[in-house]
Amino acid sequence: MTSPISREIIDDEDIDLTFVDAIVRAGADRIRTCIQCGTCSSVCPSGRRTAFRTRELIRKALLGLKEEVLSSPDLWLCATCLTCLERCPRQIKVTDAIIIMRNMAVEEGYMLPQHKKASQKLIKTGHAVPLDDANREMRRELGLSEIPPTTHSSEEALEQVQEIMRRTHFIELIEKTGECK
Amino acid sequence: MTEAKKYSFFLGCVMPNRFPNVEKSIREVMPRLGVELEDLQGASCCPAPGVIRSFNEPTWLALASRNLALAEKAGNDIITGCNGCYGTFKETLATIHEDPDKLREVQQVFKGMGIKFKGEADAKHIIEVIYDMGPEAIKKMVKRPLTGLKVAVHYGCHLLKPSKTRPWQQSERHTFLDELVEATGAESIRYKDKYMCCGAGGGVRGSNVPVSVDIAKEKMDNMMDAGADIIVDVCSFCHLQFEVSQPQLNKELGEMKYKIPVFYYTQLLGLAMGLEPDQLGLHKHVVSTKEILDRILQ
Repeated sequence: MTSPISREIIDDEDIDLTFVDAIVRAGADRIRTCIQCGTCSSVCPSGRRTAFRTRELIRKALLGLKEEVLSSPDLWLCATCLTCLERCPRQIKVTDAIIIMRNMAVEEGYMLPQHKKASQKLIKTGHAVPLDDANREMRRELGLSEIPPTTHSSEEALEQVQEIMRRTHFIELIEKTGECK
Repeated sequence: MTEAKKYSFFLGCVMPNRFPNVEKSIREVMPRLGVELEDLQGASCCPAPGVIRSFNEPTWLALASRNLALAEKAGNDIITGCNGCYGTFKETLATIHEDPDKLREVQQVFKGMGIKFKGEADAKHIIEVIYDMGPEAIKKMVKRPLTGLKVAVHYGCHLLKPSKTRPWQQSERHTFLDELVEATGAESIRYKDKYMCCGAGGGVRGSNVPVSVDIAKEKMDNMMDAGADIIVDVCSFCHLQFEVSQPQLNKELGEMKYKIPVFYYTQLLGLAMGLEPDQLGLHKHVVSTKEILDRILQ
């Protein structure tokens, strides 16, 4: 007779013990002190309406389930409101930990197509949300400079910004990420 | 007013490129408060703390440092009207001040590019500079008191948190924006989950519109239940979220349920100071401001 409760089994090969070390090194140094109290999940505005559970994410990270964490689209449901970070009774920088894991996900090639698009806009124009024709017109009507005094109006500044993104390998990184691997 | 204090005005992306009417109101109102805004020529995206920082932290830190370096070169502190940009600059400064290795990494990236960066320019939010003048001083500038106007204030997240690296006296239940709204004669109403996120940040608006809009909907339902006439915010991205989500929700519902005008604080203050709605870009809103302006100006 089989048990009516189906148990999730974690295989040895799914566990990467270096995962949490990397998260700690990148700045979320108190993550190991997590007591799974669930304060983070209880204050999470995304968790109120989706299956995203911050506590579960932290638990999985601590277990070393690197691939599962990094490949999950849930990792991208955090709106970075910072409430969990503010309220964590262990003073874990929860939001920082999520951002660190997102950096690792992108490094592994996991990136949502809309995020890739925003990055490409940044690379091309210096802005994640560049000027469009309608707003150019609105600026003129409002008596503002038609083109704002940003990288939009300086080729030299744009080139400098692009050179920085080349040096930090951002351009390379974005080009290599597969759309929603 | 005493001698004008000068800042390098950092625009970001959403304000100049999607809501130039908000930019216009800041450019009209701040000089009248004795704050001189100098353009930060050649500035880029801050870059966004929840998006670009999520993709590659070193890139985020380097580009943010470049924007701060432009202000440093101009000899000013940076001022911004967007919570996201504010968060980026506050966190960048905290990072390089706490960890000199990070500063050296950024300087290494800049090597040979002619960018000098020491992290000496501070970052201020428009509302922080206004609050430093004090609600009493603001009250004295009011020529058209907005009596009877019920305002739902929205602080946003990165303006307040992490509280460790923010200038506010308390970490929860802030009142500074409520005080500044009430200085105009309007009433700042109580509503459920006032300090909750608008749902736009962290790349959620960009990648998961239904979840993002649903968070904004919850906030706006709470505001409407409490009888709000208008929303007042201090962040260009929250502003986009409240402006753009309302027609989206109405389209889904097939009725015009969501029609709360969304004011940026300098638009509200400008009106109270006696400026004309057109000067404040109030005629260029997504959600119509006509009805409420007729009521205020009658």
